[in-house]
Amino acid sequence: MAKKLVEIKNLKQYFGSPSNPIKAVDGISFDIYEGETLGLVGESGCGKSTTGRSIIRLYDITGGEVLFNGENVHDKKSGKDLKKFNREMQMIFQDPYASLNPRMTAGEIIAEGFIIHGLYKNKKERQEKITSLLEAVGLNKEHANRYAHEFSGGQRQRIGIARALSLDPSFIIADEPISALDVSIQAQVVNLLKQIQKDRGLTYLFIAHDLSMVKYISDRIAVMYSGKIVEVGPADDIYNSPVHPYTKSLLSAIPLPDPISETKRTRIPYTHEEQDETASFHPVNDKHFVYGTEKSFQKWMNNTSI
Amino acid sequence: MSETILKVKDLKINFKTYAGIVQAVRGVNFELNVGETLAIVGESGSGKSVTSNALMKLIPQPPGIYESGEILFNGRDLIPLSDKEMTKVRGNDIAMIFQDPMTSLNPTMKIGRQITEVILKHKKVTRSDAKNRAIELLTQVGIPMPEKRYNQYPHEFSGGMRQRVVIAIALAADPKLLIADEPTTALDVTIQAQILELMKEIQKKSNTSIIFITHDLGVVANIADRVAVMYAGQIVEYGTVNEIFYNPKHPYTWGLLGSMPDLDNKSDELLRTIPGSPPDLIHPPKGDAFAPRNEFAMAIDYEKEPPMFQVSETHFAKTWLLHPDAPEIPIPDAVARRIEGFLAKEDQVNG
Amino acid sequence: MSQHDQKIDKELFRIVGVQNEEAEKLSNKSVSFWKEVFLRFSQNKLAIIGLIVLMAVILMAIFVPVFSQYNYREQLGVYNAAPSLSHWFGTDDLGRDVFVRVWEGARISLFIGITAAVIDLIIGVLWGSISGLAGGRVDNIMMRIADVLTAVPYLLVVIVLLVVLQPGLVPMIIALSITGWINMARIVRGEVLSIKNQEYVLAARTLGANTKHLIIRHLIPNALGAILVTMTLTVPSAIFTESFLSYLGLGVPAPTASWGTMASEGNNAITNAPWRLLFPALFISLTIFAFNAVGDGLRDALDPKLRK
Ligand SMILES: Nc1ncnc2c1ncn2[C@@H]1O[C@H](COP(=O)(O)OP(=O)(O)OP(=O)(O)O)[C@@H](O)[C@H]1O
Ligand SMILES: Nc1ncnc2c1ncn2[C@@H]1O[C@H](COP(=O)(O)OP(=O)(O)OP(=O)(O)O)[C@@H](O)[C@H]1O
Ligand SMILES: [Mg+2]
Ligand SMILES: [Mg+2]
Repeated sequence: MAKKLVEIKNLKQYFGSPSNPIKAVDGISFDIYEGETLGLVGESGCGKSTTGRSIIRLYDITGGEVLFNGENVHDKKSGKDLKKFNREMQMIFQDPYASLNPRMTAGEIIAEGFIIHGLYKNKKERQEKITSLLEAVGLNKEHANRYAHEFSGGQRQRIGIARALSLDPSFIIADEPISALDVSIQAQVVNLLKQIQKDRGLTYLFIAHDLSMVKYISDRIAVMYSGKIVEVGPADDIYNSPVHPYTKSLLSAIPLPDPISETKRTRIPYTHEEQDETASFHPVNDKHFVYGTEKSFQKWMNNTSI
Repeated sequence: MSETILKVKDLKINFKTYAGIVQAVRGVNFELNVGETLAIVGESGSGKSVTSNALMKLIPQPPGIYESGEILFNGRDLIPLSDKEMTKVRGNDIAMIFQDPMTSLNPTMKIGRQITEVILKHKKVTRSDAKNRAIELLTQVGIPMPEKRYNQYPHEFSGGMRQRVVIAIALAADPKLLIADEPTTALDVTIQAQILELMKEIQKKSNTSIIFITHDLGVVANIADRVAVMYAGQIVEYGTVNEIFYNPKHPYTWGLLGSMPDLDNKSDELLRTIPGSPPDLIHPPKGDAFAPRNEFAMAIDYEKEPPMFQVSETHFAKTWLLHPDAPEIPIPDAVARRIEGFLAKEDQVNG
Repeated sequence: MSQHDQKIDKELFRIVGVQNEEAEKLSNKSVSFWKEVFLRFSQNKLAIIGLIVLMAVILMAIFVPVFSQYNYREQLGVYNAAPSLSHWFGTDDLGRDVFVRVWEGARISLFIGITAAVIDLIIGVLWGSISGLAGGRVDNIMMRIADVLTAVPYLLVVIVLLVVLQPGLVPMIIALSITGWINMARIVRGEVLSIKNQEYVLAARTLGANTKHLIIRHLIPNALGAILVTMTLTVPSAIFTESFLSYLGLGVPAPTASWGTMASEGNNAITNAPWRLLFPALFISLTIFAFNAVGDGLRDALDPKLRK
């Protein structure tokens, strides 16, 4: 079994006043193994982005811990420790327009990390590194001097990927990196993400709400509902034998590009049942877990044919 | 039985911008029958919204120009109609639903009032009748406790609920044609599924015709009877939903079908992509606009624009590959395999 | 939907594939943001006229007092003379040349306007960016202080200040800046609040950027446009306020001339020597118009979407 690269333990992220907080992430735990892609899916507002941003320290977490290679990420105090950690973990953002500074050229955007970390001080060396990153994402060195607004959505997203790769991270959080793109462009970006994962041995946390894309890119999938992870397991298990009623409902709603099967599809509605404090993860098999109370779990298992 | 309600002939729409003239819609032809759903698919900027806005005469002039064409609604051409005459058509005969429900709702007005206003404008009924009808509509679009919701403001509704209210408003005057421009793109899949079910149910009940714009092929497969695939301001393939999904002829349609993973895709194979990006509509390329991104492009594609070739009585495609002299190009492997997979699954179920 | 049946050369039906050598093509010329702003600005006629007027006023203010045959305090012995070839704008009641005094006044008025704007800029940018960046409690307190300052009647503060400090250049600038920076602070704070949550700033933070890096690389370049516009619009309002205060007799004392003092004195002689009011008033209006035209032009050029 692969090594655990990231361990999230009882992570909590609340917003707003402490007396009446918005519990965006409400005590979630999961692991991400080295070299895998973990897909995180769930409806809008369930806390997916918040989870990603808490892991990478964009927020000060309310509770719990995040371990990266066994070290607590949110403990780090000294600038040097932080910088080391920044080089290991990077993020790709959703909006190809908002994620690039309009006053900077593609080259400057990609080199930003070099400036922050004082890398490749030699001008020629830096230029070469920028070119190689541009080439890694299917652009070329002429693009380095162009401003963000001169690129199409897909090209911008690739510049964002090049920026994330600039510090040679081992773990990348991709927060809906394709949902703002056209179908034909989505495929280009997804292929690119797969390619660089293979070339560089990267680990991904892939956040999305397009379930067919998630199924395609992920090894394992975690399903989130209202600030909690409700089911986690290998992609095939989640798709072929979901146990949690929310997962079932979600899967039953995906339209497929197959008209005949579409005429027969029936959506399974979901009504949320509040779980009490005894709720925990129950194993369906050694890799597939469902969150709930013992009683609910038994009920759900009885409704599932495996 | 299938009576034509809408016939669009050679529609061309340009926009005058400071960079030059954008040829947003470059000669679009299609027909829609009573009670049918036509889906228009295509990538961003291909002219889907401009086409549908043009049907409602909602193109701002300037910068927009109705360059040529006819929009025959029940036999009457809408293009020469005055603004006043068009106002009667809008809402009454044709209604529209947009992607962002908030743009079509007035945030300072109660939901109920927004619906009754439309009813009162188009129908000669009393206020209390209008209110009853509004509540009936809210029930019909699946809003629980409609009497209470009637007196609430849009911000008290969730995104999916708001889109339902927009649909209720669109239905208020019993339109014969409903145009929906990406009504579910901003919504979660579960809510999208509910909205699609709702629209199909309404269609069955009142025999409304629907034009549904989307770029999600899954949604197309779910809702459409007929499909128009748009590329660079033109319809490049047109046919029944089964023809488009199981017997696609245009290489752009192959590209669209191939670039979407399905749930059985092996994750170690790469997705098919369409290389490059769509053309600049200020200077549309000579010949076939798709040629520069088409691996099967022929010399003629760079010379001459292809005509619409007829494949079957209902199926047309605008590609030189259908010319008798063109080499036989089979559907790319990945797409063919997927289609076979779908059809095989079907046979299994049936046999 | 027709089937064309013209004869086409069979040779043309050979597969040639994607013939676009450079798949990732971009438009030919690269234009930076500021170059585009410049292009848009130069298409705005009013703004260009404003800019030309402004340049002319500044050049005249610099050179006329240097090269003129008269000095602005020199009493020439011809009193309240009408404009003529030897005195283009006439003379005043002490026999001084109004033309030279107008351009000497321009120096004072522009100096006051620009200095006030620079002081507003420094305090406003610091206050606004600290407030916006810190957020929460600090932001709240800093903005409340600004609110309180705006609530105090402005003229009262200025009068008290000028009475205590004796009229002069320095008290005038202090008087102008005492609340002038608040507008700038509010605008900068708004910009900072919106920029700091942009995804590109989050991206820089995940790369390990510290606050200094964020300010220099992201906040300033992106807020610069709004700051520049605000500053261009502060100068004319400072010039106007100075003139107004001088007109009320609270301005720079004689024999120094600002446009406001000259207009105030000219007002007393409006019947027998109207040129003494006319010329300073004309240049006050012209300069204020020019600054406003340039400021509006800049704003439109920076954000073309705002333009109707
Ligand atoms: N900075 C913040 N301050 C207050 N509330 C927040 C903040 N960020 C997120 N939230 C709230 O936390 C919840 C989870 O938000 P989050 O953005 O993580 O959802 P998401 O799953 O990423 O949704 P989407 O699919 O729409 O991106 C939402 O209710 C949101 O309103
Ligand atoms: N008001 C306008 N002025 C100038 N050009 C316009 C205007 N409206 C649309 N266009 C241009 O017309 C073309 C077609 O746009 P349209 O909105 O129809 O695309 P679409 O297919 O609906 O795309 P999307 O999927 O992004 O909604 C685009 O190139 C667009 O830039
Ligand atoms: Mg999100
Ligand atoms: Mg559109």
